[in-house]
Amino acid sequence: MSEERGGRGRGGAKGRDADKNKGGDRPRGGFFRRRRVCKFCAEKIDYINYKDVRLLMPFLPERGKIQPRRISGTCALHQRKLQTAIKRARQLALIPYVTD
Amino acid sequence: MSTNRQYELVYVLTPESSDEQVAEMHTQIEQIVQRFTGTIDKTENWGRRKLAYEIGHHREGIYVVETITGSGELMKEIDRRLRVLDAVIRHLIVRVDEELRVAERTRDARKATQARRRTARGLPPEPQPGEGRGDNMDQDDDRGDKYDRGDRYGDKYEVQR
Repeated sequence: MSEERGGRGRGGAKGRDADKNKGGDRPRGGFFRRRRVCKFCAEKIDYINYKDVRLLMPFLPERGKIQPRRISGTCALHQRKLQTAIKRARQLALIPYVTD
Repeated sequence: MSTNRQYELVYVLTPESSDEQVAEMHTQIEQIVQRFTGTIDKTENWGRRKLAYEIGHHREGIYVVETITGSGELMKEIDRRLRVLDAVIRHLIVRVDEELRVAERTRDARKATQARRRTARGLPPEPQPGEGRGDNMDQDDDRGDKYDRGDRYGDKYEVQR
């Protein structure tokens, strides 16, 4: 039994259905989502500049709220820095507080 | 009591103000800085830029960024002065030297670990051109597609003294 699953991590109690599930080890129940990486870690951006609107804009969905970490995949350190940068930029009217 | 901290001052002037008024604003700040024996390291004028939200019936503003080295008292005085002026619709003072130092340190630390690991693998410490997967980070960059309104600040230029 254990050889059958071949150590595929999250396989859980599927075992039998393993060959139907061609997509590989997708988490049970949910659709496949690309593994999220912290943009700032990946691109080695050390200083999140509050004046760089183009850097901050992807982290503000339509309403203008700060995108949570669980969606954007930003790591805790960079989310914290991003947060201060966004708040500074908002004060200077570079990016909106709310959009409706 | 010698303090040289680096600050960034951003102020937004009303769109009605002329070029002379912008220059005058700059000289005013310069005078305060000199009085407190500080220095202006850099001045950037972004020019007219659309505000993200309306401030006092203004939809546009003239953005000026000044990098100043000086003491806390100096910045306090500048802050007080900018608060009073009607031509300044928004301003922000941020101390940047510590943040930049942290950023520099993390960058140096990363370079050091990279060099150490590479030498441990018998490679030259610096990555050579054409090495690695060869994928350009910019290709996976979603900057500037959906949210790019193309109204980024214009050409930077130094304000004439």
